[in-house]
Amino acid sequence: MNRGTLLLFAVAVLIGLPLIVVALSLLNPQWDILYHLWQTVIPEYIGHSLILLFAVGFGVTLLGVSTAWCISQYDFPGWRWLSWALLLPLAMPAYITAYTYTGLLDYAGPVQGLVRDIFSVNIGEYWFPQIRSLSGAIFVLCIVLYPYVYLITRAAFMQQSTTAFESAKTLGAGSLRSFWKVALPLARPAIATGVTLALMETLADYGTMEYFGVTVFTTGIFRTWYGIGDAQGALQLSALLLMFVIILIMVERYSRRRARFYQQRSATRPPQRRPLSGWRAAVASLICWLPVVLGFAIPAAQLLWWSIQKSDIWQQSAFWILTFNTLWLGLLAALITVALALWLAYGRRRHPTRPLRAAISLAGMGYAIPGIVIAVGLLSPLAWIDNQLITISEWLFDFNPGLLFSGTVMALLFAYSVRFLSVSLQTVNSGLEQITPQMDDSARTLGASGKRILWRIHLPLLRSPLLAALILVLVDVMKELPATLVLRPFDFNTLAVRAFEMASDERLADAGPPALMIVVVGLIPVIMLSRALRSNSLKTGE
Amino acid sequence: MRKFNSLLAILAATSATLVSFTSAAAEVNIYSARKEALIKPVLEKFTEQTGIEVNLLTGKADALLARLNSEGENTPADLFLTVDAGALHRAVEANAFQPVISDTINSAVPAHFRSADNLWFGLSLRARPIFYSPERVNPDELQSYLSLADEKWNDRICIRSSNNLYNQSLVAALIEHHGVDKTEKWAENFVENFARKPVGGDRDQIKGVAFGVCDIAVANTYYFGHMLNSEDAEERAAAEKVKIFWPAQDKQGAHVNVSGIGVTKHAKNVDEAKKLIQFLVSEESQKWYAQANYEYPVRESVEWSETLQQWGDFKQDDIAMDILGENNGDAVRLMNRAGWR
Repeated sequence: MNRGTLLLFAVAVLIGLPLIVVALSLLNPQWDILYHLWQTVIPEYIGHSLILLFAVGFGVTLLGVSTAWCISQYDFPGWRWLSWALLLPLAMPAYITAYTYTGLLDYAGPVQGLVRDIFSVNIGEYWFPQIRSLSGAIFVLCIVLYPYVYLITRAAFMQQSTTAFESAKTLGAGSLRSFWKVALPLARPAIATGVTLALMETLADYGTMEYFGVTVFTTGIFRTWYGIGDAQGALQLSALLLMFVIILIMVERYSRRRARFYQQRSATRPPQRRPLSGWRAAVASLICWLPVVLGFAIPAAQLLWWSIQKSDIWQQSAFWILTFNTLWLGLLAALITVALALWLAYGRRRHPTRPLRAAISLAGMGYAIPGIVIAVGLLSPLAWIDNQLITISEWLFDFNPGLLFSGTVMALLFAYSVRFLSVSLQTVNSGLEQITPQMDDSARTLGASGKRILWRIHLPLLRSPLLAALILVLVDVMKELPATLVLRPFDFNTLAVRAFEMASDERLADAGPPALMIVVVGLIPVIMLSRALRSNSLKTGE
Repeated sequence: MRKFNSLLAILAATSATLVSFTSAAAEVNIYSARKEALIKPVLEKFTEQTGIEVNLLTGKADALLARLNSEGENTPADLFLTVDAGALHRAVEANAFQPVISDTINSAVPAHFRSADNLWFGLSLRARPIFYSPERVNPDELQSYLSLADEKWNDRICIRSSNNLYNQSLVAALIEHHGVDKTEKWAENFVENFARKPVGGDRDQIKGVAFGVCDIAVANTYYFGHMLNSEDAEERAAAEKVKIFWPAQDKQGAHVNVSGIGVTKHAKNVDEAKKLIQFLVSEESQKWYAQANYEYPVRESVEWSETLQQWGDFKQDDIAMDILGENNGDAVRLMNRAGWR
């Protein structure tokens, strides 16, 4: 390895550090507690986690791919609006969507109240789906997480060369058949990326599961740690979760082993948007409106209603400080994470050695690990570095600088990089996969240096995936809760922290304004994202 | 590389100014498991009276404790504040506290609400009685926590998940009074009586009784206090349909948990920290706990708020808080086995 790759390797390992701490916990197994958990709760955790994974995986694929197909292929009333409205649920943190649906659909909420009034029945005398349940959790995660699949798959459908699709049609395949046989298989890496992100987020979710009383791995980790007071046992459960994720990723990679999905882009033949009318247009509209209404309009309306009741908060300067903190922290974290992702993804492309690939894969796994576990995995290395620095500084300058990493914004930024690197890495990678190695080769034959290829060829082509990565991380950081809670400095709060403190005290109306603000601040990047995508597709000749 | 060096120099300079800046004024730093809204007002009053700045970091008790431990002797935290006995016990186990000897504090806090080694001190009490619907339940039918395992309560009880620390402490107390085996048998039957799978928080359980999902619930009183005094008319109406029953009055008494505070082992501002504890157990602050959060003051002489007085006097379980902490792990394991999720 030369110096460049060595540095790359070191950074990847550093990002993977908390995961290594988690994995190392298995070296000293707490048999007693593991045996007890295995006897009592682990089978249930595995069962529920598997049901959740399959159901959410199926749901987000269905919602994400069908909407992406409609928006990218057809012309029907409202498709321009819908093309970005479909991204709006991204701005809703899953746990907040969970709060709003509980407020609406629980027995004390307006919907069941109406049912009781209309049919004049009492509780217990009629059937109503229980929102706080495993199926409720599946519903919430599907409507919140499908945009990952939609976003990446739509880009893939739009970039697919029409040549392949039209060749299929010329050869006699119907529109539906061409979709199944050509468009869908070609979009598979993109769909897989989106679904993997959604599933990793599903595994890491704590807020929704805890609130809905669904027992899964993450809730078990907390319970073992807080309840039994066994941090080691909790880390070992996290290690099991980590293994789960590794298997998930390996299965996905294995299933498309040698397939490479480079395509020739045809700038001269823009894809033709086929107009729909009558019932076909109605069906397409319905498919696209449904997730927007469920994932955004309804929860946002509920938040707005709560916020109106607490309108005095808008005049408090403390509230605006929260908003400001959340925003600059998110922006900074997004910039750092995307820069890291670009550097790592590019390094892997240039030097695909085995140790480097392994280290980068490790660095990309933080997304599936609950934020709290990452935070705890970070605490001890950070404190160690700090304490060393203090010792050195005292010895050299007789001056104690205090803790420079623990309990500062640095610790938060580090944790966000670990947790969200995978989002940006996957987005950047799926962009890089679209750039054929032949392009590099041609450029090199023409005498371009590596740096020049990056600046003149790759970066322009990567513009839209990079922006997508930036915005996804920004939105994710603004929603992030558990790691922020543990690692933040004194008297430093974010909107998510405030919303959580209120909601966990069952003051849902008080949680309304900060939650609404997360959504409002999150909306801006989502709209930016859709504009960027549109201008990009215009450029490729839509 | 030169650029990097100058960046480092700037960083070092700014952090140095920050550090010298903050350490100029008298201050005290708290890691608090109590939420900001429920502690900040009283801390602001302290700053007003003494001029000592208070820096606050809120979070979950065990996460804060993990942070405290890993920061070691360089931790900025002078005080660690929690909301239940189990977390206080784990902090003691982790050797996170240093003893504080103060007659002012000891005379204010009864002995069973502070640690025997003066490591931590109770600030407020949180009672966990039974709530019932007077329409559907005759209070004469209710007795102790143990009687809730009786078959007649089948499908009639609401209680939150066993992830909740107050449930863990309750079971820890039952283990102490009745032994593991009897408590486990009780828990198995108790779980059979649940009207629904445990969801939501304590308010949800009380609302469950109000709306007829179940007939009795177990919850902390201050949630009930907040509901009774809520700005939301519907919530007030719901709370008014529910009544408190104080269990086990002829036996050990109603289960009570404690929120408490201790000075950290490596505190830099020990004097200020001590002053703050003294302030928190003073008559004035103790009254505030009862008024603002409907908790019971630890200080016996303090007059209860109107809401608390309405609920009446009751016999408290005077089990040592240390024991709740010691039994916490056993309690969770027991609930795992009994299928209480």
